[in-house]
Amino acid sequence: MDDCLLLDAGSGGRASQRLVSQCFLRHFANPLLERLDDAAELAPERGPLAMSTDSYTVTPLFFPGGSIGTLAVHGTVNDVAMLGARPRWLTCAFILEEGLPLETLERVAKDMGDAAKSAGVAIVTGDTKVVPRGACDKIFINTSGVGEIYAHPVPSGHAARPGDAVLVSGSLGDHGLTIMASREDLSFLTDVRSDSAPLADMVHAIITACGEVHTLRDPTRGGLATTLNEIAEQSGVGIQVDEAKLPVHEAVRDGCSFLGLDPLYLANEGKLICILPEDKADAALDAMRASPYGREAARIGTVTEGPAGQVSLRTRIGGSRLLSMLEGAQLPRIC
Amino acid sequence: MDETQHDPGARLEAAVQDPELCAGLLRRLETALDDASLRFMEVCGTHTVSIFQSGLRSLLPGSVTHLSGPGCPVCVTHDAEVAAMLDLAGRDGVIFATFGDLLRVPGPGGRSLKHAQAAGARVEIVYSPLDAVRLAAKNPGATVVFAGVGFETTAPTVAASVLAARAQGLKNFSVLSMHKLVPPALRALAADPECRVEAFLLPGHVATVLGLAPFRFLASEHKVPAAVGGFAPADILLALCEMAEMRRDGAPAVVNAYPRAVAAGGNARARALMDEVFAPGDALWRGLGRIPESGLGLRPEFADFDATARFGIALAETPPLPGCRCGAVLRGRITPRECPLFGKACTPASPVGPCMVSTEGSCAAYFKYAAH
Repeated sequence: MDDCLLLDAGSGGRASQRLVSQCFLRHFANPLLERLDDAAELAPERGPLAMSTDSYTVTPLFFPGGSIGTLAVHGTVNDVAMLGARPRWLTCAFILEEGLPLETLERVAKDMGDAAKSAGVAIVTGDTKVVPRGACDKIFINTSGVGEIYAHPVPSGHAARPGDAVLVSGSLGDHGLTIMASREDLSFLTDVRSDSAPLADMVHAIITACGEVHTLRDPTRGGLATTLNEIAEQSGVGIQVDEAKLPVHEAVRDGCSFLGLDPLYLANEGKLICILPEDKADAALDAMRASPYGREAARIGTVTEGPAGQVSLRTRIGGSRLLSMLEGAQLPRIC
Repeated sequence: MDETQHDPGARLEAAVQDPELCAGLLRRLETALDDASLRFMEVCGTHTVSIFQSGLRSLLPGSVTHLSGPGCPVCVTHDAEVAAMLDLAGRDGVIFATFGDLLRVPGPGGRSLKHAQAAGARVEIVYSPLDAVRLAAKNPGATVVFAGVGFETTAPTVAASVLAARAQGLKNFSVLSMHKLVPPALRALAADPECRVEAFLLPGHVATVLGLAPFRFLASEHKVPAAVGGFAPADILLALCEMAEMRRDGAPAVVNAYPRAVAAGGNARARALMDEVFAPGDALWRGLGRIPESGLGLRPEFADFDATARFGIALAETPPLPGCRCGAVLRGRITPRECPLFGKACTPASPVGPCMVSTEGSCAAYFKYAAH
């Protein structure tokens, strides 16, 4: 077998079949996928269904704490879970660059298979395209996820209410800074690693413990600040956050300080924001902290009547300021 | 156990953020002010951001007016300089290396390096000027031009990169020097008859290089008190206390309120590096115009590394953007909200002027941190 990917592997012929059987079927093994029909037959045990899709492009493909493969599974699984749903099935579409080392593809597929297994989802159908060298950057992955909703009411960004408690499941900015450190070879940032993780079990534990959860969101790109602004806008409420309560690892805080970045705007891939009635906050925190991905969970703020759409931050020294939405990408500063 | 107990750096960091220390300094400030007002200008973008980000601005007494001066290198980069950057970035065979925050600065016609990048220019973000030298070594078939933007804090490292490129015998590295010097700009501001600044919070980073001497004219010639300040809330408050007390006592001076980082004599080695490679010349400042001896060009012996000479770049003064009042903001004549474009035609999404585009610009800070 060749050691790098040829255009033939996207032809739909025998070369494609070989790739599918030798790489994807091996790592994604499950009965639905192995039928290799044009579509997968799903048999939900309960409904309604939640569905989400996302595409993954990241440089480098592998980084401390994860890879494009773990992201492609965790990202979509978490999006589905945020609706109070049990993620069950994933689709997976690859756009691959001609010349990609097969060993690299194999590592990505293995990461995806392992991540899917630990998240309790099956990759049931997919697609592979190979494009000429230069037409894409090594590997692009799209995954779609379907899950069964068990939460009543269904958590939503529109459902935050004044008086609700705002919780976050752990430290902020780890993923975003890790990617930047890996991409730019910033050798002084050795203590950072991505938080990429599946959150469906934690969501299930929270909802089981609390019943009524108003909002669940995973603060991925744009970070905590942008996600809280989205929720404040959608729900027509204000949100007040206490800076001293925000969990940020020291290495992330130091790295951000050096680069002129704000950890509250950096991406997270294994964290969630939970907004729910005040009297359920402690139970939710206990449920989060019992999860391996939520040990540093914290109550960070409160939903207020207004001003609608505005997130304000009570700073460490007791001042107050806006925590506004990110405009474009964060760029490192001059001095 | 509190881990800061064993780490003096962490202990100090925690102390300068300490709410009680800040509350004490705020009381001292109020006492010093008595019933007087204090209209101070800070001349460093990092101060601007810190004052807003820490929430300090919301805690200052109502009699204190905070103005942001020309302390953000991005904000004072002139249209004509952006035009030169776009010109160079668009040339065949050129890799244009820059710090990230220059990417969105609009030049003539609203075009920025981001637009040039989208149109196919090779624009690379670097984290240090030495990264640009490495880029040149790795790409012998291309010419790397580094955008030398910044004040006395950045210039020494850029000088070091030029010396490194020469030591490596690189022929494909050059610097487009748009460096600016802080004291001449302060001199122009203080001499402005419309200047209403009553005290200057001096830039801690720049003072680590220059020391205090180049700022002494503020007190001796203009009778304005000034204090070099650090960047944590308590540092800034301490500088404000010193300035208010000097005003109360009618004894203006230039004091060092950041002695843990700033030596009175500055950093002679950094200045020597800067002086070896660069020589002062006139410079164009956005909003302030041409200020004599306020910029740094490469010395003739480094002409091979001077993009201005190598590519025949001439800066042409351009008329200010219609309606944009960045100049008045940078001079402390108005606050950002007094600009008719603020938050309407000019937002971080579509900045008209540089004070809105830079993360350290005063308009961006007002927009981002202060309720509209």
